[in-house]
Order: sequence, then C-alpha cells, then structure tokens
Amino acid sequence: MSALTLERGINAFKAQIDAPMASFFSSCVSCGMCAEACLFYTENPDPKFTPIYKLEPMRRVWEQEYTLIGKLKAKLGLSKPVTDAELAEWQELVYNNCSLCGRCSAVCPVGNDITYMIRKMREGMVASGHAPEGLIGASTRAVQIGSPMGVKLPALQAQVKHVEKHTGMEVPFDKEGAEYLLMLSSMEIMNYPEYLEAVAKILTNAGKTWTLSSECFEATNSGIQIGSSDIARELVSRVVAAAEKLKVKTVISPECGHAYTALRWEGPNLIGRPYTFAAKHIVEVLDELRVAGLLETEGFEDAKMTFHDPCQLVRRGGVVQQPRNLMNMVAKNFVEMADHGTMNWCCGAGGGVSANEDAEEVKMKAFQRKKKQLDELKVDTLVTACANCRIQLEEGLEVNQMDMPVVGLTEMIAEHLVERKDKGGAA
Amino acid sequence: MNEVDFLLWVKGPAFTVAVVIFVAGLVLRLFEILSLGRKHNFAVSKGDPMQGGLREMWRRSIPADKATFERSLFTIVAGYVFHIGLFVVIFLLAAHIALIKSVIGFGWPNLPTPVVDAFAVVTMIALIAVLVHRLRHPVKRFLSKPGDYVVWAVTFLPLLTGYMAYHHLLLSPQMMLGLHILSVELLLVLFPFTKLMHAFTLFLSRWYNGATMGMRGVKS
Amino acid sequence: MRTTQHEPHEETLGERLRSQGISRRGFLKFCGLLASSMALAPAMVPKIAAALEQAKRPSVIWLSFQECTGCTESLTRSHSPSIEGLIFDAISLDYHHTLQAASGYGAEEARAEAMKEHYGKYVLVVDGSIPIGNPGFSTIAGISNLDMLKEAAAGAAAIIAVGTCAAFGGLPKADPNPTGAVSVADIIKDKPIINVSGCPPIPVVITGTIAHILTFGIPELDSLGRPKAFYGQNIHDRCYRRPFYERGLFAETFDDEGAKAGWCLYKLGCKGPVTYNACATLKWNEGTSFPIEAGHGCIGCSEPNFWDFGGFYKALSIPTGMTGQTAVYAAAAGIAVGVAAGAMNKKAKMDADSLHKTVTVDELNQESPS
Repeated sequence: MSALTLERGINAFKAQIDAPMASFFSSCVSCGMCAEACLFYTENPDPKFTPIYKLEPMRRVWEQEYTLIGKLKAKLGLSKPVTDAELAEWQELVYNNCSLCGRCSAVCPVGNDITYMIRKMREGMVASGHAPEGLIGASTRAVQIGSPMGVKLPALQAQVKHVEKHTGMEVPFDKEGAEYLLMLSSMEIMNYPEYLEAVAKILTNAGKTWTLSSECFEATNSGIQIGSSDIARELVSRVVAAAEKLKVKTVISPECGHAYTALRWEGPNLIGRPYTFAAKHIVEVLDELRVAGLLETEGFEDAKMTFHDPCQLVRRGGVVQQPRNLMNMVAKNFVEMADHGTMNWCCGAGGGVSANEDAEEVKMKAFQRKKKQLDELKVDTLVTACANCRIQLEEGLEVNQMDMPVVGLTEMIAEHLVERKDKGGAA
Repeated sequence: MNEVDFLLWVKGPAFTVAVVIFVAGLVLRLFEILSLGRKHNFAVSKGDPMQGGLREMWRRSIPADKATFERSLFTIVAGYVFHIGLFVVIFLLAAHIALIKSVIGFGWPNLPTPVVDAFAVVTMIALIAVLVHRLRHPVKRFLSKPGDYVVWAVTFLPLLTGYMAYHHLLLSPQMMLGLHILSVELLLVLFPFTKLMHAFTLFLSRWYNGATMGMRGVKS
Repeated sequence: MRTTQHEPHEETLGERLRSQGISRRGFLKFCGLLASSMALAPAMVPKIAAALEQAKRPSVIWLSFQECTGCTESLTRSHSPSIEGLIFDAISLDYHHTLQAASGYGAEEARAEAMKEHYGKYVLVVDGSIPIGNPGFSTIAGISNLDMLKEAAAGAAAIIAVGTCAAFGGLPKADPNPTGAVSVADIIKDKPIINVSGCPPIPVVITGTIAHILTFGIPELDSLGRPKAFYGQNIHDRCYRRPFYERGLFAETFDDEGAKAGWCLYKLGCKGPVTYNACATLKWNEGTSFPIEAGHGCIGCSEPNFWDFGGFYKALSIPTGMTGQTAVYAAAAGIAVGVAAGAMNKKAKMDADSLHKTVTVDELNQESPS
C-alpha cells in the first residue's frame, strides 16, 4: 500500500491555492503568449507544453473547490474531479518540461506568475505520488546522506586538503563568529573543485573571516525542485542550524541558481521566521567586495565572451547588474546575447530537470534555444554563475559539437585577482 | 410583446437585474479570490514590493520586450486594437456616457458619433481576426474552452447590434436598440463568472506578480 | 350633422365636391398634397384625383372612448380647414359625438341606423382607449366602451384607430394603467385596423390615411399597423439637427449655449431615434415647425408606451429602473454573499492545511515504481 494518494495530492492543491493563484486563474485569457516564452514549447512545439496548460488539473481543483460557479458545475456534473491518471499524465508537463525559469511569468500580459503556480502544483504532484524517480532519488540522498549527489563530508575534506596544499591557505571548518559561512553544491565538489579554491582566495585576500561547516555544506535543495516544502524545510533547516550555531553574519549561496532561491526566498518561509543572518549569492558578495575596494583584478581576457544568466539568480533573484560589473572587470570583449538579463533563455535543465532522468531527451531539445543564441553571437567563451547551468551547457555544447569552454564567473575573477598587502585579518 | 414593450423591458427590469448580478457577482468574485489569502513573507526584501506591484500594473500594458513583441506580434497588435476600440466605444459614445452618468452621477466629454462608429467597425474587424487566429493557432485552439468562445461572442454581439441599431440595419431601431441592450445585459450577467473577469483581476495578478518581482529586486 | 338618407344613386366624391362649389384646381391641390405626404410620385396625382372623383362616400362612424378630444381638435382646427373639410365632404360622417348636432337618443339612433344600413361597408374610426379594468369607467349612453366597440366593429369594413390612445393605449394606459386601458387592436382581432398614432396625429396624416382608403384601399402598414407612407421614416434620420448629433454636439440644458445654437437634444431626452412619424417632414401648423424645431426633444408620441419611456427629459440610453442606489444595494448583496463564500473558502483551505501530512522520503520511495 502506498502512502501517497490522489486524496493527499488534491488536499495539497487545496492547501497551496491562495489569493494570487485564484487571481491568476481568473485572469488568464488563453492568449498563448506564455507558450512563445517557454523554451520547452518553442523547441518542441506541442501545444500541451504551453505553461498555463501545465496547471490545468490544479485550475480545475481551484474552480471546483473555491468558486461558486465551479461548485455549481460540479454539482450538475458539468465538471469532473481530477483523476490520478490525469496527474500521472501531467507529470511530464510539470517536471520534465518546466525548469521554473520564470520566462512565462515575465511576459504574461495579464501578469500571471505561472512559475509560482507550477512550484505550488508540484506539492500536490509529490503528495499524490507523481514525482519523477530521478528527483525522488536526489531528494532521498539529500535527506539521508546530506547531498543529492551522495557526496559525504570526507569527500569535501579531501577537496579542502587539496586546496590548502595548492594555495597554502587555511580553509577553516566550523569557525564560530566568522563573517561568512560558505555553502557549496555537490556539483562544485565533484565537477568544479576550482570554485572552492577561487572563493577561498578571494575572501582571504579581502581580509574577510569565513568558514565551512562540517555539519552542513550542501546548499542545493532537492525539496524545492521536487516541490515538497516538507523536504525543503528539512534541508534548509540544516543550513539555518549550522549558520546560527556558528553565529555567522552572512551565508553565501554558491554558484547555483535554485540553491539561491531555496536559501534566499523560500527558506525563511519554510522555517516560518526570518533568519538571524543574511543570505547572499556569491556574485552579490563579490560585487560588494568590488564596491568596497576589496576585490581588485589585473589583466583582461582577450576572448570574446558572453554571460549566460542563470534564471533563478537573475529573473527570479534580482541579481542582474552584479555579474555584469564583474564581467567588465576582467573581460575586454564582453558581449550580450540577444535576450539577456531578466529576459534570458534558460539553459534547459533548471528546476529539477537535470536531476530527472525522464527529461534527458527533452533538456537537449531545450538546449537548442541556447544554441541559437550562441550561434548568433559567435563567442569564444561562455561564462555563467550556476554549476547546474554549466553542466547542461557543457553537455549541450558537446552534443552539438560546439567547441566552447564554459567558465564559472567566480573562478575567472579569481584568476585575475591582485594580491592585497593589507589584509585586515587573516582567515 | 411589441418592439417598444421589449425595449422598455430591456431598459427597465432586465437592465436592473443585469447590473445587480454584475455588481454583486463582481464583489462576490473578489471575495472568493481574496479570501484565500497569502502567506506572510519572512524573506528580507531586496526592493520595494509596492513599487514593483504598481510598476507591473501599468508596465504589462506596454509591450516592453521587443523580442516578445515580435514573437507574439498578431496577438499583441490585435489585442491592442480591440481593447482600445472597446474602451472608446463603451466609454466615449454620448449615449453611453449619458447612461453611466445616470447611474454613477457624473460623466465626461464624448467623441463625435461617426468616430465612435469607425472605432466600432475596426474593433469588430479585430475581434473577427482574433477569433480566426484563435481557431487556427495551434496553441490558442488547444487552450480554448467553450467559455473562451462564449466570452468572444458576448463581447462581439453588443458591438454588432449597436452598429446595426445606429445604422438602422435589418430590424427597426427600437428592436435593434432593444437587442443591443439585451446583448449588453448578457455580457454583464456573464462577466463575473467568465474570463471577462480578467478586466478586473488582471490588476490584482499584475500586482501580485509585480510585488514578488519588486521584493526580489527584479526590474525588467 | 348629416344623417344618412336613402338615395337611389350614391353620389360620388367628384359630384359632391362640384355641388359644393369646390374648384377643380383646389381639388388637384389637395391630391398633390396627399401624394407628397404619402411620398408618391407626382405622376400619381391625376390617378389619385381620378380615384377620388369616383370614390363613393362611405359611411363613417367615429367612436370616442377614453380620450381628450385632442385628435379631433387636431383635425378640425388644422391650418387648412378647406382641405381637411374636403374629407368630411368625402365621407358621410354618421356619428361623432363631439361634432354631431344630435344628442341623446337621437345620436344613438343615428349610429344604430348607420350600422344597420351600411353593415359590412362602413368605416369605423376610433379615438381613445378602451378600459377593461371596469367597463363602467367609461360609458356612452350607458353602453360601455368595450361593448360599443365590439358592436360597432362587427359590421365595419375597416377600423382606423386615430391617435395613440386608440392605437396603443396611450396616456390612459400609462403606468399604472388604473382603468386597464387597452388599444383597439387588443380587442378586435378580425378586422383590418389602421393605426394612425400620434398625440395627436398630424392632421394631414389622418386625412391622408382616409383618402388612401377611399382611393386605393387599405395602405401598406408597418409592424405596428401604421401606414408606412407616414410612419416609414425615423424622426432622428430626418431631423435637421442630426449633423450636431453626428459631431457629438449636444445641448446639456434647455438654456445653455448648445440649446441656443440649436444642437442635438438627445441628452435632453429626445426620443427621435426610436420614433416613426412624419413630423420632421410634414411639420405642424401649416408646415411651420415641429417640436424639435421649437427647441424641445421629440417625446415619441406616435410610439406605444411613450409615456413610460423613462421620462421625457431623460436621454434614450438611460435605463428606466436602474439607479446608483440599486448598484449600492447590489454591492451590499455581493458583500454579504462574498463574506459567506469567503468564509467557506477560508475554512476549506484551513481544513486542507490541517489535513496535510508531512511528506517523507520514505513515502516517496514507497511510491517509487522501481
């Protein structure tokens, strides 16, 4: 017997539906503009991938449960209750074909925040047992092991030793009262170890005190991706506990888009109170250091470069100008893509798509949108500030035989770092 | 019931009933929506939610993003034409202003009748165009439910009957005027319970979306 | 007043006119006026003349019920009595209690005699509405209007309902219609009825209609039973102030600059757009003017229920029952229902919240198909 049922799913829908959602459903005039804004539709034009259509079962629950006319229609047998089979059918739409990139929410003429609704709809999909296997696996590992990729503390410790040996700097663990608590994503530990080294160099050079936590180093939050507040709460609580135990001023979210959303925007609401610390993306921290004169660089990259905006950081996070300020510090030949900033196109693998094996084919189709943008621009190097985007971009470029390095913004800055003599206090 | 009886009926009791359903329905729908509430947000704001909300309320009326505009060119242009047309026809015809003034107590200057007439023609053409587009565009056709077509029809009928009444086409002006008013009553009665409601809720939606954007410091 | 005499030879109108000393020229002038008022081609004038010449003088019985005598006044006090007088000469008006000299039994006898003599051939003219609320509301010689109408209609060849009261109920029928007034057509279903509406009708429209019946029979009628020749045109379409309507220039009060400049009277309640009559073309008082020309909006007197049209001084588009106060009550009702619906929504949502069971990864894996 399974614990997750249609009843629990519908109940979750009912609990999730709020005034904004009711307003959004009331406002939609089926204009179809969200389809044109969604790369899962433009690169795979089947009308069922239209963003607002992905919410159809939940819209019906809203109508039947929360409107007089809907109740009347249900009584007269004019509308049928949502079935388990329908939710099973919708799994593909809600998970495989949506990266929560927020582009639909940005173009909707009546102002509907469709992404906000899909995030809520996933709550019911989880509760009714219709979450994709890949995300269930990632969530399980995140809760049970502490990392969606199954990375354990010894792996990080090994990484840290390597960094310490390479740089001669100390990488502190559990340092109480440090200004910054540095969080990481497993992707960075496994795929991009340069990131930790880069941040270590920059923060130490800026004279800032910082630390890692041995109790919690993982910033990514599979609960947000699968769409379960219960799981997300469990995961974010670990970060909060670690940060409050170490009494840090700021927790740094790594180069990862949804980790930022989880920590910065959803976290306080998941635990039901404000943080006692600030939560910032590494790019925000770097730009603050730049403004404070604590981050100086020398030399420029000659390659023609562009910046891929991670959706959660830019469109859904408001960190738009900072990465550009940093790019301009070290890139002489920085060009923007046609749709950039808040109207960027998603890499195609955010919002849990990358962890969802069912979406492997779809995410490469979606990458075609990025490919078109890059083909137009003819750049040598692609810079970004999200490890998840970076993995997808690298894979997409490789599959499409495009020879182009993808670089993390923080690493690139670190490479041009000017060593300061008057470091306030060593780390 | 002769034509004049019919006209008196639509102008009298039928109109009152329609407006009562419209107003009460509108209020009811707003209660239905707002009663669902919104959880308190504990995240520290990066920008001003109110500023963001107010900003989106008008900004979404302007096709600010060029690429989006080009991608949905027909939808946006035709949408503009018929919405502006509806506004002019509904709110700037002398007869309509006199009606509104009789209910709310104040009016405003009107446009010359043939100008409004021209707007009505353009609006009808635009509405027919958007209907054809809806029937032919794969996404729109796929998304459209019977309600979407009903909404189209009850928007189109008052324009058509009003135009015909003004030009004394087909039926006598009394009959046509009566049908015109009746079609408006149909529109009013259906308004709160169909997608027509977007005329009011879109400001709410833009506010909510914009407030989130403002709070997160997103400016597009 | 004449009473019918037994004549071996029924006099034609032509003979009758000549014996009265009416010149051929005067007669043709009248025919010309008729033709133009009925929008007939000038070529029709000799045909009208010929037809009228040959027309037999039919017997006419004129019944006056709930009326103000305005229609008769309109006819008899018209600008050219000689021409309208012609029509009296063209018919044998056997009963008309305002105009006849006889009174009491004599008058009623004349009616009975005419009805008997010309059974099936006489023309019945009615002005005034018929009360059916209580037949006693209006009686003549102890006979209720309803009975008299039924009796007189039985032998009539055709009925002309003169004035809006007879045609549509008129003023007596105005809300709340205390006498239960109805029109002729509401009672008589088996005779041709020609409605010559107006409060009062234009004199030449009355005579023109009679002349048409004499010459060409029953004229072509509109959906309200009115001769199309006179009621085929819309006042608004024929109004000399129409250009101001088109330009959106309206008098807002009866003494503002717009009123002085002769702008459109729509906002002052003119019912021209829904009124059919010949006022704007034939005009009144020897073609002097018509109400709109005198600075007052058309009250739509030739249309049914014009008294209850929402007020003479309220624009046509203004609803008759709707007020701002009604809207406020509607909003209050909406709030009442809304509060109830909102409370239900709140409860449903809270129930859903309390029913929520925490989702655990164990449950997720239990569900996992693998």
